[in-house]
Amino acid sequence: MSRTWVTPGGVHPPENKHQSVTQPIGQLPIPEKLIIPLSQHIGAPATPCVEIGQQVLKGQVIAEATGMVSIPMHAPSSGTISAIEHRPIAHASGMLAPCIEITTDGADTWIEHQGISDYEHISPRKLIEMVGNAGISGMGGAGFPSAVKLNPGRQRPIDTLIVNATECEPYITADDSAIRERAGEIVEGIKILSAILDHPHHIMIGIEDNKPEAIEALAPHVEGTGISVVVFPTKYPSGGEKQLIYILTGKELPAGKLPADEGMVCINIGTTYAIKRAIIDGEPLISRVTTVTGDAVGIQRNYDTLIGTPVSHLLSHNQFDEQAGGRVVMGGPMMGFTLPSADVPIVKTTNCILAPSYSEIPDDEPAQPCIRCGMCAEACPVSLLPQQLFWYAQAQEHDRLEAHNLFDCIECGACSYVCPSNIPLVQYYRAAKGEIRQAREEKVKSDHARERFEFHKERIEQAEREKEAKRVARREATQQAKADHLAATANGATNAPATAAPSGAVPSSSAADIIAAAQARAAAKQASPEDQRAKLERTIASAEQRLKVAEEKLAEAINSDTGKQDKLSAAVENTRQKLEQSKSKLAELTE
Amino acid sequence: MAFKQVSSPHAHAAQNTSQVMKLVLLATIPGLAALTWQFGWGSFINVVLASVTAVVCEAAIVKMRGRSISFYLGDYSAVVTAVLLGLALPPLAPWWVVVVGTVFSIVVAKQLYGGLGYNPFNPAMVGYVVLLISFPIQMTTWVAPLALLPAGTAHPGLIESLQIVFAGYSPADGVTGATPLDVFKHSSGLLVDQVYDREPLFNQAMFAGAGWEWVNLGFLLGGMVLLTQRIFTWHGPVGMLGALALMSIIFWDSGSSSSPGSPLMHLFSGASMMGAFFILTDPVSSAVSNRGRLIFGALIGVLVYVIRAWGNYPDAVAFAVLLANFAAPFIDNYTLPRTYGHTDRRRATEKEEG
Ligand code: SF4
Ligand code: SF4
Repeated sequence: MSRTWVTPGGVHPPENKHQSVTQPIGQLPIPEKLIIPLSQHIGAPATPCVEIGQQVLKGQVIAEATGMVSIPMHAPSSGTISAIEHRPIAHASGMLAPCIEITTDGADTWIEHQGISDYEHISPRKLIEMVGNAGISGMGGAGFPSAVKLNPGRQRPIDTLIVNATECEPYITADDSAIRERAGEIVEGIKILSAILDHPHHIMIGIEDNKPEAIEALAPHVEGTGISVVVFPTKYPSGGEKQLIYILTGKELPAGKLPADEGMVCINIGTTYAIKRAIIDGEPLISRVTTVTGDAVGIQRNYDTLIGTPVSHLLSHNQFDEQAGGRVVMGGPMMGFTLPSADVPIVKTTNCILAPSYSEIPDDEPAQPCIRCGMCAEACPVSLLPQQLFWYAQAQEHDRLEAHNLFDCIECGACSYVCPSNIPLVQYYRAAKGEIRQAREEKVKSDHARERFEFHKERIEQAEREKEAKRVARREATQQAKADHLAATANGATNAPATAAPSGAVPSSSAADIIAAAQARAAAKQASPEDQRAKLERTIASAEQRLKVAEEKLAEAINSDTGKQDKLSAAVENTRQKLEQSKSKLAELTE
Repeated sequence: MAFKQVSSPHAHAAQNTSQVMKLVLLATIPGLAALTWQFGWGSFINVVLASVTAVVCEAAIVKMRGRSISFYLGDYSAVVTAVLLGLALPPLAPWWVVVVGTVFSIVVAKQLYGGLGYNPFNPAMVGYVVLLISFPIQMTTWVAPLALLPAGTAHPGLIESLQIVFAGYSPADGVTGATPLDVFKHSSGLLVDQVYDREPLFNQAMFAGAGWEWVNLGFLLGGMVLLTQRIFTWHGPVGMLGALALMSIIFWDSGSSSSPGSPLMHLFSGASMMGAFFILTDPVSSAVSNRGRLIFGALIGVLVYVIRAWGNYPDAVAFAVLLANFAAPFIDNYTLPRTYGHTDRRRATEKEEG
């Protein structure tokens, strides 16, 4: 067995996983309406390519990817497009978002599709394209487009492929049951990934020891493949990307870096299944395994759920008792968020719908004062001091918060979970992060304004200098003219033709001066190649800096799932392009 | 259907602050039992009297601040402070000593600073030090331990003790006496062995000082319970006891006449164990991180020894704790834990570059 490492902190909340694995993965009747949000992933929302009233088949593209960091959407079942409009979606902010609604026809007719079996002979580029076209985004966490993650061109060679089967959140058994029933296909998917990534040295499936059936199911399939199933003790949160990387490799992902920077790719096990279906069967990602659980539903089990299925459909088919509990959570009890209503659809990242009863998860008790007991710090998986963060968040001391590495908080909730004073710590951190981000944005804005202002000032001064130069030139010219004139008159009228010549020559010479001056100015403006190069180099340096900042922000947004990812990733793309342009210009210049 | 909007996490561990405090209270029982066994009913009366006073004070202040009395009293923190003060005070001290100390602890040291969670100093120790400075005679008169009572006498019974405490009766001759630390303080000129031979306080003892060793064992036991229940981590207590032991080994001076006493005596005398497990583990006024708490504890250990050996007061836990409370924010500044993915520890006051 491979060695594993132990992360600091962590908690052991009651697992509550057994309830939902008593039955195999089920299938629900096709819902009457499917609501497909255009943004179920990090990156730009997809662009609709269908019209209201149009007939669509199961698997047909209904919205296309917009740019690099984006994914297309497909019809999860056949039917008619009945609306393209803003709808409530499952998002912590409870906002409305553009969605496509399909009224299903019940026939569930597939569009023609075809997979390939000899993926070994297909170029990684082509395979990645297929993954992208199948609309696959990470199904465990924030939903990062898989094709982007797998694109080796931009990143360093990948030496370790980590498949995340941790599923450390209580209640959720979507991955567990999928592995039990689909281990063969999952391993096939991992092999495809391995081919795409040019066969990394290490391929590990990280899984907690509370899933013995799943571990057993994987065993025959990984035998002789070089894929190792690494089992480690159950602890929350082991499934965070950074935590899992540490548990399996003993390496910490440096702050602000992505796994790819360290030669690793970390992918959710559900995603590997989707990749297998996409490549071998030619099926896009239109359904996923979702756990329906909690004591407020009469039947607790996993379903192969069509993307876009309204939560109400799941609840009503599972004897949901509205009186039994107060909240319905999308995701698990530690990091999931409450749904505003049951109208919101299941998306590609929805691994669980948790409807707890009051006795399971009672309403929150009022918070008591922080007694600085330090239990939160003992529980924090990234070794922060949650009590200090809480203190400074209350006092809005942003410098202190950053010095205490607020932005390394993964919002896992372990601190709030153990806090004996019931303080909703994570809520404070989210708010504080938001405030700091806003302050940073404002600072960037004001920096820009200041730059603009300085540039403007510089230009005015430049203009002044030029005017002054002109004035001087003109004065000199007139003086010269006067002097010449005097000389001419002194020479007398006898030399009239002679006077004509110099007096005519003088103005012309002063005109030449002006022209020369103008040329000099033009030359000054049209800087020497050296100057130009220096300027370009400066531009590149600053663009690189900006790109770095933008990427960091994006990584942060991905980690904390703030919903700003789209904007940020667009910004990153933009900056990258600009940088590319400047670089090519510089190359031209130096040639 | 509209659902409740609550932020994550939704699950919550069962333990709450009231339970933590109750556990601390329960853990003082072995210590209190040992005190009562070895020194009579005095400590018991102290504890009850201080608790009642504390609850009344806390309720009055919370009411004045317009908050919910049941909610704030429900956290038991006032009772914990009172019990710790009551345990620290000399048995059979006059009632007004106990009351004044408790009022000071709760009203000034705790509530005037903003209540639970905001007090920079350990409230029980503030009360103790105020008493020590104001009423030195009452505060240094200790009851003699069981083994040292003159033949034929016993500790006063409960009724008699109450009379002594409340009506100012004086206890029978020989009931009060010196503490081991006192003895050492005033025994310069004698070798440690001689002190041990001569003083009944030591020659009646198993290893540290008659009576006191039991009391310290009691608090050690209670502390171990709290440690296994993860109420606090080992860092503070180990820091203090380690530093105290180290200091007394370094200055042991093989028992010469100027030796301030053996490591065992220091670890098991006075308020050593109570301080290590019940006083400096007060989370509010201590350092924050584990490393910080280790340093915080060690600082107290060193201070305790220095004051005991070369200061004016025979026992020093209260002073040492208050001094370390002063230093806590400073310790915190330099002991931030290293965060995942960062190569360096940071400082709390560090600014973002740029
Ligand atoms: S667990 Fe709660 S009460 Fe204890 S230090 Fe942390 S925030 Fe304060
Ligand atoms: S939510 Fe943040 S501070 Fe709290 S335990 Fe998790 S990482 Fe640490």
